Amino acid sequence: MDCYTANWNPLGDSAFYRKYELYSMDWDLKEELRDCLVAAAPYGGPIALLRNPWRKEKPASVRPVLDIYSASGMPLASLPWKSGPVVSLGWSAEEELLCVQEDGVVLVYGLHGDFRRHFSMGNEVLQNRVLDARIFHTEFGSGVAILTGAHRFTLSANVGDLKLRRMPEVPGLQSAPSCWTTLCQDRVAHVLLAVGPDLYLLDHAACSTVTPPGLAPGVSSFLQMAVSFTYRHLALFTDTGYIWMGTASLKEKLCEFNCNIRAPPKQMVWCSRPRSKEKAVVVAWEKRLMVVGDAPESIQYKQLTIQVLLDRLVLRRLYPLAIQICEYLRLPEVQGVSRILAHWACYKVQQKDVSDEDVARAINQKLGDTPGVSYSDIAARAYGCGRTELAIKLLEYEPRSGEQVPLLLKMKRSKLALSKAIESGDTDLVFTVLLHLKNELNRGDFFMTLRNQPMALSLYRQFCKHQELETLKDLYNQDDNHQELGSFHIRASYAAEERIEGRVAALQTAADAFYKAKNEFAAKATEDQMRLLRLQRRLEDELGGQFLDLSLHDTVTTLILGGHNKRAEQLARDFRIPDKRLWWLKLTALAALEDWEELEKFSKSKKSPIGYLPFVEICMKQHNKYEAKKYASRVGPEQKVKALLLVGDVAQAADVAIERRNEAELSLVLSHCTGATDGVTADKIQRARAQAQKK
Amino acid sequence: MAFHHRPDAPELPDFSMLKRLARDQLIYLLEQLPGKKDLFIEADLMSPLDRIASVSILKRGRERHREKHQSAASCTPCTGDMPASKQHEVDKLYKVENKPVLSSSEQLCFLVRPRIKNMRYIANLVNADKLAGRTRKYKVIFSPQKFYACEMVLEEEGIYGDVSCDEWAFSLLPLDVDLLSMELPEFFRDYFLEGDQRWINTVAQALHLLSTLYGPFPNCYGIGRCAKMSHELWRNLEEEEDGETKGRKPEIGHIFLLDRDVDFVTALCSQVVYEGLVDDTFRIKCGSVDFGPEVTSSDRSLKVLLNADDKVFHEIRNEHFSNVFGFLSQKARNLQAQYDRRRGMDIKQMKNFVSQELKGLKQEHRLLSLHIGACESIMKKKTKQNFQELIKTEHALLEGFSIRDSTSYIEEHIDRQVSPIESLRLMCLLSITENGLIPKDYRSLKTQYLQSYGSEHLLTFSNLRRAGLLTEQAPGDTLTAVESKVSKLVTDKAAGKITDAFSSLAKRSNFRAISKKLNLIPRVDGEYDLKVPRDMAYVFSGAYVPLSCRVIEQVLERRSWQGLEEVLRLLNCSELAFTGGTKDDKAPSESLRLILVVFLGGCTFSEISALRFLGREKGFRFIFLTTAITNSARLMEAMSEVKA
Repeated sequence: MDCYTANWNPLGDSAFYRKYELYSMDWDLKEELRDCLVAAAPYGGPIALLRNPWRKEKPASVRPVLDIYSASGMPLASLPWKSGPVVSLGWSAEEELLCVQEDGVVLVYGLHGDFRRHFSMGNEVLQNRVLDARIFHTEFGSGVAILTGAHRFTLSANVGDLKLRRMPEVPGLQSAPSCWTTLCQDRVAHVLLAVGPDLYLLDHAACSTVTPPGLAPGVSSFLQMAVSFTYRHLALFTDTGYIWMGTASLKEKLCEFNCNIRAPPKQMVWCSRPRSKEKAVVVAWEKRLMVVGDAPESIQYKQLTIQVLLDRLVLRRLYPLAIQICEYLRLPEVQGVSRILAHWACYKVQQKDVSDEDVARAINQKLGDTPGVSYSDIAARAYGCGRTELAIKLLEYEPRSGEQVPLLLKMKRSKLALSKAIESGDTDLVFTVLLHLKNELNRGDFFMTLRNQPMALSLYRQFCKHQELETLKDLYNQDDNHQELGSFHIRASYAAEERIEGRVAALQTAADAFYKAKNEFAAKATEDQMRLLRLQRRLEDELGGQFLDLSLHDTVTTLILGGHNKRAEQLARDFRIPDKRLWWLKLTALAALEDWEELEKFSKSKKSPIGYLPFVEICMKQHNKYEAKKYASRVGPEQKVKALLLVGDVAQAADVAIERRNEAELSLVLSHCTGATDGVTADKIQRARAQAQKK
Repeated sequence: MAFHHRPDAPELPDFSMLKRLARDQLIYLLEQLPGKKDLFIEADLMSPLDRIASVSILKRGRERHREKHQSAASCTPCTGDMPASKQHEVDKLYKVENKPVLSSSEQLCFLVRPRIKNMRYIANLVNADKLAGRTRKYKVIFSPQKFYACEMVLEEEGIYGDVSCDEWAFSLLPLDVDLLSMELPEFFRDYFLEGDQRWINTVAQALHLLSTLYGPFPNCYGIGRCAKMSHELWRNLEEEEDGETKGRKPEIGHIFLLDRDVDFVTALCSQVVYEGLVDDTFRIKCGSVDFGPEVTSSDRSLKVLLNADDKVFHEIRNEHFSNVFGFLSQKARNLQAQYDRRRGMDIKQMKNFVSQELKGLKQEHRLLSLHIGACESIMKKKTKQNFQELIKTEHALLEGFSIRDSTSYIEEHIDRQVSPIESLRLMCLLSITENGLIPKDYRSLKTQYLQSYGSEHLLTFSNLRRAGLLTEQAPGDTLTAVESKVSKLVTDKAAGKITDAFSSLAKRSNFRAISKKLNLIPRVDGEYDLKVPRDMAYVFSGAYVPLSCRVIEQVLERRSWQGLEEVLRLLNCSELAFTGGTKDDKAPSESLRLILVVFLGGCTFSEISALRFLGREKGFRFIFLTTAITNSARLMEAMSEVKA
């Protein structure tokens, strides 16, 4: 307490610094760090060391070893390196270790030294070998940049979604650049490289020369360059011992410094304290460290969010600690405890020495139906570890049946997937499964599966109706659904077929199907239609005019209207048109023709099965009162009043009604009594009513 | 005589929010394709679109003052207020139809229903462009949602990569203050005939939207398989997004879901309340009607919006038609009297009259003459075909007497080719009220029908049989065997396990027994006074209480299905009736008198009128949500197969 400033040392004129130990490293390194490839993950993440790499001066007698330590030096993993020579190591943002081999193959390891996957940086890299490589981070993820033996650059901006880009050639480049780095501007990754006194910027399309503003003259070579973590700033170290610091866009200089040391530095990096506006560059030589500062700016560092912190704990399998933090911070279950438990479960399924039964039970006991836990995700992980049976057991705990479907499909349990999809009520999901099944099964099995799932069947039928008519037919065939097959061919006879022969043939097929369906009515009706079609064709040929596709009724009507009464009679007999219909039909047609003579003849041909009121009505409709009256007299007593009123004979209507002593008819006549002319009639009715009441 | 609600009746929630939401979403989607574009709209979507946005809103973009292009949709002038910087810039509007496209725009946007035929239309267009070496941007906006099958077709046609797809979740259109429509007429055929369940998710989404906007529903009732599935899906949605509605006070206390096939009878009857009759006669489309020259007594047609804003219509919409004419002439006399007041006025009074009252009077005058014209036109049409006889036959069928006479009437109706749809409707009404036709009639009526209207209707009959609308009476014992088999299947968790063959037989209507049980045919002593209705039967001239409405009334009274077990059994719905809800004790008492009735498969204006009447009697207010407005003709057309 006596001397606050005791361990502070002056830095320049106006600043002081102090050095103190945060913690000591737990590791017990046998090798010099300088003999290793080293990669430390950002945000205090793990450190990877690859000992005994392939140095030219040391023959590779001993197999190299890859060690992974926590930031405090706790050993996390150690494994012998069995693959090819490694040029560069780096950590991705997801804390995956990327090891770039000389042949351009990148191997990816987890935090615990578990091998995840590998990918290649392409043929060109394979042929020309990797000279140098960098792992860099962008907002899209982590990328890899490669400098090949042919002095060309290849990069991928996101190893999670690998897209290789070969950068354009630098004109006249004969040797490796003296230094280079990746930049990220306007969401695109670039490469900045130095060759002699020149700086080049490579993007996807072009190579351009760039000049830093305010660069001191006399530079014949750049020895080091460093870009800040956010890609905003750039520092250049020249062979004149001069440091240029400015924006990475090379549009602005922030400061410069001449350190008078011409030896190339081993390392140069940007640093800053959290939330500090000041930025500085640290330059390191073999035995000297220099901090060059004075670049005030307004950067807000994105803090490590609590979510990321939790992710990191989970990645380190510190589940209880993570849960305690969640509970302490009172995080909602979905973001907090449930998520951690789900991660735990995903880890649990990887324990291969425990039986499926036990794992499933353990997971269910701990998780229960905690909100936000997705059993289907856990099951997917189990399947990923090759434990299909466990996955199915876990899926049974998933309450939302729709969630089970994608994994079931992946596991080729398509029929189970179909049932689950149907249970979910999501028709799109059902349809997805159907298409899977269609490709997976042979046609017969596919149809058989549909047969047991009416909901899916209806859905598929609807689709076929609009898009695959032939399949629809096959479906019905498979089911021996003769009724629907019949309907199918009937529809075809209208929609698909144009030629009369084709239509008749389609109808014949339909009729056969209806017989098989024991639907005699439909079969007979279809046969009648075939006969009618043929006949209509003949009528068109012989008489001209339009007959095809008329109903039977309209066909006969058209014949009468065309004056072909004989033909009409014949047709009516052939198709056994009932008398009532024929009378209505003829009546209407003859009245339309205003052929009153023929109508009267017809009316007398025999006793009308429909009575004579319709004759009265239709004549009045054609405004022929004279003809109407002829028939009014023949109308039976039940409808007589109505007929007389229709022809306007109110007086006689009244007489009939009075005679029949029908109260409803009397009222009806009375309601037709209008004006003075009918006054007498009205009185007569009133008298009759009064009399009737007396009795 | 107009429909006035009791003073204590609760206020209706404001549903205009739904319009704003839909409009803003559409504009947002259009902005996702920046710059000028031509918009292709499916015919079905034009009227609904008209109700929420106008052409000028769609067109307004950078060049908002240059609205020179003619629109394809008939749209009303816009009153919307959108920021000027927005770029939804629709240049020209086209109707999606099978005609060659002459658009020269570099960007084409399609606003369509998720139907396969639309996908082929788009595919043809895109492929034609490709063939001509032309590249444009294409965007498909599906309303109310996209279906995987549609994307599949796009892929099969090889254009999936060329178009971008979006969804316009416009599933609730407020047609009136108390009426929301999903405007999905195909729902009825898709579900009740084809067994296609894809719209159920749309229904669940719509209900979910309502509960997020208007609070949870404390009490929920439902009947029918579709109602049950919709309810389950909806519950799942609510659970997934737990917390969204938490803490919200319910605005609507009850929700009732009902499948159309629970009550086909009501939908098959001729309508005689004014709004229903206008629908039957002129077809109300998306809340408005086209009155032809015979109504407007001029040489042109007029599109009239029919809702509570039309003061004249508002007073007569729920009235039995026999009262409407008298009411309108009384109204005309009153109007004349108000005009006549001008006579004794001095200059100042006259100035006042002209500036303040005249406009209102003129507006009322215009509406009055329109509705009088409509009435006259209805009377002309309805007397021509002997409407009275028709109604008499319908009543006889409902009450179950003189079945032979009714059958002969229907036969004559068919023989005379009165109307294919009407004949079909009467056959169905006979079938449902009689538990199917006796085999002899079943054959002969169908034969007659095919002779009159063409043999392609063999397909129509097959459809009607499948939907249970026109069936043959089966001998008693076989039916019970099937019935027990089916009821076992019905209890199975995976709903819809009934195969086609069973379903038509299973849907034994039992109308007569239900009618007795629920007292649907009121006992009439003396004349039923249609001016002062005493029950919901007035919507059918006092002859019949709509089954659907009676069921709703009974359940609301009991707050459960208890005591209705026998009715449910007769309706074949023992396993398909449910209750649920959030059971919120803090629900404001006001909300408990608001009831949302959801008709899956369509509802008729008669049912709406009947429930409005019930609401007035009990101090409730009903809100209606339907997949579409329907009536007997629409129902029959949905089942009918016409030549391609």
